[in-house]
Amino acid sequence: MATATAGVRPSRRGKTRRQTSLRGAGPFTYLSLALIGILFAAPFVWMLVTSFKSKVDAAAATPTWIPRDATTDSYRFILDQPQTPVFRWFLNSMLAATGQMLLVVTVASMAAYALSRMDFPGRGVLSKLILATLFVPPISLLIPNYVIISKLGWLDSLPAVIIPGAAGAFGVFFMRQFFQSLPAEIEEAALVDGANRWRIFWTIVVPLSRPALATLALLSFLTNWNDFLWPLYVLFSPSRLTLQPGLSTLQSAYTTDYATIMAGGVIASIPVLLLYLVSQRFVIEGVSRSGLKG
Amino acid sequence: MAVPLLGDEGVLAPTVARRRSAARSPRALAGRPSTAYLFLAPYLVLFTSFVLAPIVYGLWISLHDWDFLLPGKPWAGLSNYTDLFTSGSVSSGPFWSAMRATGIFMVLAVPLLVLPALGLAVVLNRKFRGRNFFRAIIFAPYVLGVAVVGLLWRYLLDPNLGLLNYYLGLMHLPTPAWTSQTPWVFLALVIPTIWWTVGYNTVIFLAGLQDVSPELYEAAEMDGAGRWRQFISITVPSLRPVTIFILITTILASANVFGQAYLITQGQPGNESRTLIMQIAEEGLRRFNMGSAAAMSTVMTVALLLISLASLVFTRERKDA
Repeated sequence: MATATAGVRPSRRGKTRRQTSLRGAGPFTYLSLALIGILFAAPFVWMLVTSFKSKVDAAAATPTWIPRDATTDSYRFILDQPQTPVFRWFLNSMLAATGQMLLVVTVASMAAYALSRMDFPGRGVLSKLILATLFVPPISLLIPNYVIISKLGWLDSLPAVIIPGAAGAFGVFFMRQFFQSLPAEIEEAALVDGANRWRIFWTIVVPLSRPALATLALLSFLTNWNDFLWPLYVLFSPSRLTLQPGLSTLQSAYTTDYATIMAGGVIASIPVLLLYLVSQRFVIEGVSRSGLKG
Repeated sequence: MAVPLLGDEGVLAPTVARRRSAARSPRALAGRPSTAYLFLAPYLVLFTSFVLAPIVYGLWISLHDWDFLLPGKPWAGLSNYTDLFTSGSVSSGPFWSAMRATGIFMVLAVPLLVLPALGLAVVLNRKFRGRNFFRAIIFAPYVLGVAVVGLLWRYLLDPNLGLLNYYLGLMHLPTPAWTSQTPWVFLALVIPTIWWTVGYNTVIFLAGLQDVSPELYEAAEMDGAGRWRQFISITVPSLRPVTIFILITTILASANVFGQAYLITQGQPGNESRTLIMQIAEEGLRRFNMGSAAAMSTVMTVALLLISLASLVFTRERKDA
């Protein structure tokens, strides 16, 4: 492959040629993409539409894409049920996702900074050990972590869904990749000027790392917000649940009352979809970059 | 997995080299190791408590008759493991049934998550109006949690009230009980999964495609190669590292399928669509039979590690050949 490119020099002409060689889309492509796009968007629309239907309408034999008489009954109903306190779950999810995000960003970036910039005995072994755990399937941690959490007295409480999840190696790996791409000259100059590592980290490195930190924050917020398995088993009181396990409760409580269930789904999706709308490119690029490097 | 897949790695190389030489300079070496340990301490506390310790602790639990609710946890040796491989034991039936369900899911889901993603990425790599909009739409489901995906598809696939059966009925096609009848239950797990995650694979393929040198296509075009020929001779080989990455992550993610089975099929019929993770979680965290559940986790962990190892070795051999 390399030999084929060796003779071709990238030039201005090369660039214009590239655009002609990567032809655009014909009517057939457009049509199929439009179809796929509609298929992918339809479930979202259906969830939203159903949440504004009445119970009867949502169970009608002939489903309609426009509510026969639009109502916010489902939302009003769902928000003040003592057995399914959706508003409380929303709050719990916010606290958990924000708490874990802050924890991950702080702790992982500090560790990654030490691993990529400082010399100390055991650095090589430690780096390898941390990175190796990226390959450990999470299922091997499920049962023992449950026991550990219960010994710490954290079952059925927010620390259970904030703290253990922040121990994963991904954040350290992600920030280490970034720090290694950051030129060290400014820090070296500061060191020569007598600044200590702690000050350098907070006043020079952190501001320079804002894009990477923001990506990590976003990814860890999304991950925690959407986590299902762990909170499903470690939280159990209705008032202590987060949204995702709460949705499972909604399903067992309201079985085929789909208008109510879809209202719960919409409430649980609003923050992530808003984040996505606001920072769509950022999310996609963050995910694909970390994916490639993970 | 730290394969340098992104083009910017080449750009980074000089700075990395400079950093290395700096690290060896006397000034940097003068820093005390204690500073480094202080920076590492908070993470290491978490890492030790919730990653390292549990790895060992899980193995320890699996060697006991460990009922979470009982005070005594008698030593069981390897019996939790041998039970899994003894037909007729209490744990082996459900375990292998869950293995089977997970296997069927993987066989169906992995190709359907990888090949369409490649196709979509190739199309989206062309320049045309609206491609970013389209990319945003097919990626959107990925930002939802599996619980939302589960609820939503439970409704769409509801045998009586679901949209899918309504449209199938309009077309006079059979309207199966997606959520409770084999083999349909497996499609009821696979279809939502495709909707949920195919956008993720597409986006990663797309990032890989951006790194394929346009000169290769120019040269091929001058040689008169058609679009299909270019795809086979340039796109596919150039995407090898990305494809390996996607294949491994998709296989591992599919092996870990849980929320779909928990919410959409609820393991039905009987426990036929109960997946491995669901079996382990229910056995260990609902019935509190943790010794057996931990043994299942270990077996599954070994299987997953073997799979990733095998795919790495396999692809390396192909490369050498």
